[in-house]
Amino acid sequence: MTEKKYDVVVVGSGPGGYVAAIRASQLGLKTAVVERSEIGGICLNWGCIPTKALLRSAEIYHNIKRAEEFGLKVEKVSFDGTKIVERSRAVAKQLSSGVQFLLKKNKVDVIVGAGRLIGSGRLAVDAEGKTSEIAAKNIILATGARARSLPGLEADGGTVWSYREAMVPKAIPKSLLVIGSGAIGIEFASFYRTFGAEVTVVEVLDRVLPVEDAEISAFAAKAFKKQGMKILTGAKVTDLKKSKSGATATIDLGGGKTETLTAEKVISAVGITGNIENIGLEEAGIKCDRGHVVVNEWCETGVTGVYAIGDLVGPPWLAHKASHEGVMVAERIAGEKSVHPLDATKIPGCTYCHPQIASVGLSEAKAKEQGFDVKVGRFPFIGNGKAIALGEPEGLIKTVFDAKTGELLGAHMIGAEVTELIQGYTIARQLETTEEDLMSTVFPHPTLSEMMHESVLDAFGKALHI
Amino acid sequence: MPVTILMPALSPTMEEGTLAKWLVKEGDEVHAGDLIAEIETDKATMEFEAVDEGIVGKLLVSEGTEGVAVNQPIAVILLDGEEEGAVDDTIAAPVKSETSANNAATHEPEPAVVMAAPKSGPAQPRSAGARVFASPLARRIAVDKGIDLASLKGSGPRGRIVKADLDAAPRSASRGSTITSPAGTINARAFYEAGSYDEVPLDKMRKTIARRLTQSKQEIPHYYLTIDCVLDELLKVRKHLNEAGEASGIKLSVNDFIVRAAALALQKVPDANVSFADDALLKHHHSDVGIAVAMNGGLITPIIRRAEEKGLAEISAEAKELATRARDKKLSPKEYEGGSFSVSNLGMYGVKNFTAVINPPQAAIMAVGAGEPRAIIVEGEVKAATVMTVTLSCDHRAIDGALGATLLAAFKSFIEYPPAMLL
Repeated sequence: MTEKKYDVVVVGSGPGGYVAAIRASQLGLKTAVVERSEIGGICLNWGCIPTKALLRSAEIYHNIKRAEEFGLKVEKVSFDGTKIVERSRAVAKQLSSGVQFLLKKNKVDVIVGAGRLIGSGRLAVDAEGKTSEIAAKNIILATGARARSLPGLEADGGTVWSYREAMVPKAIPKSLLVIGSGAIGIEFASFYRTFGAEVTVVEVLDRVLPVEDAEISAFAAKAFKKQGMKILTGAKVTDLKKSKSGATATIDLGGGKTETLTAEKVISAVGITGNIENIGLEEAGIKCDRGHVVVNEWCETGVTGVYAIGDLVGPPWLAHKASHEGVMVAERIAGEKSVHPLDATKIPGCTYCHPQIASVGLSEAKAKEQGFDVKVGRFPFIGNGKAIALGEPEGLIKTVFDAKTGELLGAHMIGAEVTELIQGYTIARQLETTEEDLMSTVFPHPTLSEMMHESVLDAFGKALHI
Repeated sequence: MPVTILMPALSPTMEEGTLAKWLVKEGDEVHAGDLIAEIETDKATMEFEAVDEGIVGKLLVSEGTEGVAVNQPIAVILLDGEEEGAVDDTIAAPVKSETSANNAATHEPEPAVVMAAPKSGPAQPRSAGARVFASPLARRIAVDKGIDLASLKGSGPRGRIVKADLDAAPRSASRGSTITSPAGTINARAFYEAGSYDEVPLDKMRKTIARRLTQSKQEIPHYYLTIDCVLDELLKVRKHLNEAGEASGIKLSVNDFIVRAAALALQKVPDANVSFADDALLKHHHSDVGIAVAMNGGLITPIIRRAEEKGLAEISAEAKELATRARDKKLSPKEYEGGSFSVSNLGMYGVKNFTAVINPPQAAIMAVGAGEPRAIIVEGEVKAATVMTVTLSCDHRAIDGALGATLLAAFKSFIEYPPAMLL
């Protein structure tokens, strides 16, 4: 049997892996992707994309219920949970086959099986009980991550869900307990709340969406409470008793107070852990730290020719960060000259709850912590014409500048469509603009983006519409 | 097709220059070899001649324009029978990499690598006249810290200067009018009352001196070796030679002997005849000895090439001629760039001893003090002698202490016994 030889083999076909493979192949490297499950990985099949489809249904449902506000008459509004899930699955499927097409078009071989490092430049692929070997000058590990589970709160597929079960519910539960208020927990909380579930969110830290700016967290918590969600921060689920009709959780609220709460379903969204097992890391001498592979700024593992990218390595655990790392590694392997390591403060993050949340760069507190003398600008949605016309007056755009240099250190937004707006500030950070450039940029009227302008103006005492 | 004339690179290191004067005007007929412009670099003014025959279609750069980047189009020549309208097409068309005019002073085409049309790339050096690509944030930090962006290499896309490049920028990156103002350095203006002094803007030469010597002292680990040389024999020989050569106009200076002695010492100790090139030492075959010449508003170091092959009379004549042209700013860069060693003599001012700053890419410079009567001890007896103290500055990256001492000893032996220079 002749052994297959590649310049680059990528293990995992998620947004990190498949993008790395396409780029490597475009640069003339003989490339293959090894995938044990679905092409496109979690993002496409069980993450970013299908949840956006679900949330779109929630958004439309929410707007239809508000029809009267807009002078429309819609009677007997109802929904079909099965159809909502079906649509979400169809979207995922369409995109997954799109990625398969892209790989084929770019002449990337797809090898089905679980890849495992075996010595220098070699990979074993286990598929259906058989093992084959391939040789690869460069190996990019992009095996992603999975939901982290806490003892006693393990997802069982019945009462306790992980993101996977939460994405394909057979019915909308009457009550739901969401443990963890990161992006995943909050998006599901928002989805289920919109369709009528009694939702309680438990967060161990002192605020929801703890990676965001504190002001945005507070704004979000207020909005969620207004929607009827119960938010418990600084709280911990200490015990979970499952019964036929659901689960009863004991929640430590701190200060010696506890609360008992019964919910039909529980979503465990307490973070992720890298898929570091069974890929030959230990044998190869690749270091791991708290469930993730340790790499340098170039995603090098320390073993020559072996790279690791995306959720498998350090934060932020975002699909677009994985893709960027994939491109960077592929270009480095191909010897491209103008390649730069990623700067985490230039990577935007988005949460698609209602209202949406998006941010890039340093929060006000982080900036101060790093010794910056900051100038902060704020502009509320209520002051923006387009927001009023859309019927979306709830939201805030906050900007943080370095008073000394005028560098835009961070931008933090909550409100309608902010996930589409954040890119403006991301480009500003990438291009290292100062407040001057942002102030002299012309923003179209009437748009939500005008608030981005006003927020910058406000940071320097020049806002016009507040 | 009309011919575009590009700003010439008059030396390998030239990045920009001033178009001092046009010697032709639009509509003039030019022939190959006609002088068309005077170009001023930081150290010299050079005439620039036409290679093609034709009519001057358009002068693209006005007289007196500073900071014209090498290879920037400066004029368009219409060839026989071409219409004026062709000028616009030529200007619009991408610049051809071939040169249409050569350095008048040398009549040698510049190396192709210098004249090739500049391609953008991260390592491309920029000239102050050309647009510097830098992020707005980098620009602001540069102003605050007083760093000249043109002196930096950008690590961003297409060589764009970004914040990180400024964080890494060494002090030596500052230059020009901003030399005094980087954070942590002295802002001289702050110490004096406005109006109590006249401000003289730095000219190109002063900026170059400031930048290069700052760079030299910051980058080159200097060390110094001092030795006394007894000059009596040399003075005797010099007297005889000058008497003998009077009829033919030969008048040797002590400095001519020093240059020859240094040239021969470098040949005798070839390991010290070097330049430091980051990943290698360049061992020079010849002794190209620079002579520091003070001139109005600065100094320049013209080089006597292959000085080891030249006799005292030839060195003397060449040194005089170079010094005269240096003072008139008429040297071509080839006459003052490079070299392996320099001599700086302040003896005529009565200076007893001093240390000099190495002139990169050279690795050593000799500071020569005055020859003066001193008491010395010879075989236990105090005797009167004419003694000159010299101090050699060496680049420790290229020349270690013992090697520098060997070179200095060889120099001393030639100076103290000039007949050895005949061998």
